[in-house]
Amino acid sequence: MSVTSETLAPPATLRPLAWLRKNLFSTWFNALLTIVSLVFLYFVLAGIVRWVFFTADWSPVTIAPLLFLVGQYPRDQLWRPALSLLMCVFLIGLSWAIWERYVKAFAIFLGVLLGVLALIPLETPTITLGVRAVFLACPLLISLAFWIGRRSAVKGQHVGTLWLLASILITLVLLPGIRSIPGLSAVATTAWGGLLVTLLLAIGGIVLSFPIGVLLALGRRSSLPVVKIFSILFIEVIRGVPLVTILFMFSIILALFLPAESRIDRLLRALIAMVVFSAAYTAENVRGGLQAIPEGQVEAAKALGLSNFHITAFIVLPQALRLVIPNIVGQFISLFKDTTLVVIVGINDLLGIGNAVLNLRPEFVRLQMEVYLFIAIIFWIFSYFMSYASLELEKALGVGER
Amino acid sequence: MTEDHQQREPIIICKDVHKWYGNFHALRGISMEVYKREVIVIFGPSGSGKSTFIRTLNRLEEHQRGTIIVDGIELSHDVRNVEAVRMDTGMVFQQFNLFPHLTVMQNITLAPIWVRKWPKDKAEQIATELLERVGIPEQTHKFPGQLSGGQQQRVAIARALAMQPQIMLFDEPTSALDPEMIKEVLDVMIELAKSGMTIVAVTHEMGFARAVADRMIFFDKGEIVEQGTPHQIFNEPQNDRTKLFLSQILRH
Repeated sequence: MSVTSETLAPPATLRPLAWLRKNLFSTWFNALLTIVSLVFLYFVLAGIVRWVFFTADWSPVTIAPLLFLVGQYPRDQLWRPALSLLMCVFLIGLSWAIWERYVKAFAIFLGVLLGVLALIPLETPTITLGVRAVFLACPLLISLAFWIGRRSAVKGQHVGTLWLLASILITLVLLPGIRSIPGLSAVATTAWGGLLVTLLLAIGGIVLSFPIGVLLALGRRSSLPVVKIFSILFIEVIRGVPLVTILFMFSIILALFLPAESRIDRLLRALIAMVVFSAAYTAENVRGGLQAIPEGQVEAAKALGLSNFHITAFIVLPQALRLVIPNIVGQFISLFKDTTLVVIVGINDLLGIGNAVLNLRPEFVRLQMEVYLFIAIIFWIFSYFMSYASLELEKALGVGER
Repeated sequence: MTEDHQQREPIIICKDVHKWYGNFHALRGISMEVYKREVIVIFGPSGSGKSTFIRTLNRLEEHQRGTIIVDGIELSHDVRNVEAVRMDTGMVFQQFNLFPHLTVMQNITLAPIWVRKWPKDKAEQIATELLERVGIPEQTHKFPGQLSGGQQQRVAIARALAMQPQIMLFDEPTSALDPEMIKEVLDVMIELAKSGMTIVAVTHEMGFARAVADRMIFFDKGEIVEQGTPHQIFNEPQNDRTKLFLSQILRH
């Protein structure tokens, strides 16, 4: 088929000069606006650059980077979080090979960041050669795992299983330690802190609350009165109460009622509170999706003789979850940020460590801006990659949509 | 036809079927039989209960009085009976109701794999044959949203046939289609009727009725007003309501 120039759309891209004229200087008023904006931008950016590189005093951050990473985790046991980190980055590399679309950007960013951290010329005694070696190993491990994932016949379900095994190993064995195993002395969760705790609470909260939330959403539509009433009560009670209250309930009040010997670990109590809270919101989000599925879908499945379980698992839930991905990811991002509330029950997450560092020396008191900005950037990085992955997921699942 | 009826077993028996929506009496004592290999066309004005009736035959709607026996199984509150009947009856809907998140192949093989417990190979082989039969073998791996209405409805027919049902129920299968696509769906239905499938179809496609129906049943206000062969219904309708309705839909 011959294509004449008339059947083609006009070229969308303009040369730089033409683009400038068209978009920025088309009228004298636009030209004025452009110039004013440029001047304004210059002053703002110059101010930021000057503050970041000259005025700001980053010593609260640089004096104890390990504190921000793992809190008070015993320094002679640092190999345990280090090994956990290495396992995770290896799996991130493998995930990159399998789910390139969602993980690639994060994997590359993480590798570069850790590589830079390893080589940064920072004079602080806590960053030993060993710590630098671990950081430096991360980008190498990510690349190695990516290469392995591409060369071998590793499948998504294998990597999923590995993630599951690794999380169990890390959270139940490696980090807390087991008394009976020599060399793995018990480390109380009171010593855990920083980014480690923030990530544990966030990931644990997300992974555990999601299935519970889905079950609650289904329970709310159940025809069994007991299941239905329990689900409604659970969802409405939890949603009617602020997260802070739930954290207090689980952390303090619950502990008063339980006998001393059956006390649940403090960090675990906070995690349960996050899970309970998030599950109720997930349930309502998922319910919205369930209600959006046309009745005809269920009827068609029934007419084929599928059981209620199969209809839910194969027809209703997949479509409902797809509809509510943006809401659920949004909710998980806010859960991630809400983990900072555990500060008030005395857990040293990233924000808690920040507060602690500010009180470390009298001259740090005026450096709140620097510390909180540093923490904010860390939160922003993780939140950004979560919403990035969710956008990609939406695009991928949009295939074949009506 | 009457001799045939006496020789053959009825596959669907309805006796005095009633159905209410709140205070609205939607079905007012429907009694009828459908015989094996028979093609029945149900027609009537909207709101006459014809769709409700066909949906009681696989218990998408529950009837509140009377009995319905399909292939020897009585439809009741017993879930096993209902599932057994649904395995034996395929249904095609006005709005296709394909599963939009599954490919054409997955749409067709889902129930055979999970309900009939067939191995995947067998289910896929049968699905491929059926897609050939309804004339769209090249669409196997597309999603429903990528197909035209007529193609979607043909996939829906293939999906129902994949369970190898004894009876096919059609609930206004061409009403949601653009005019140029109606024929491709009717052709498939006519081929199916000629192959000896027992069919109960709610439709106003009088061409289809003329071509293959053994019996036509006129519904109005939740009752069977009149029934007979297409020849009787078209040429010598007895009831005034039937005459009026036919004159309205055949005018153009």
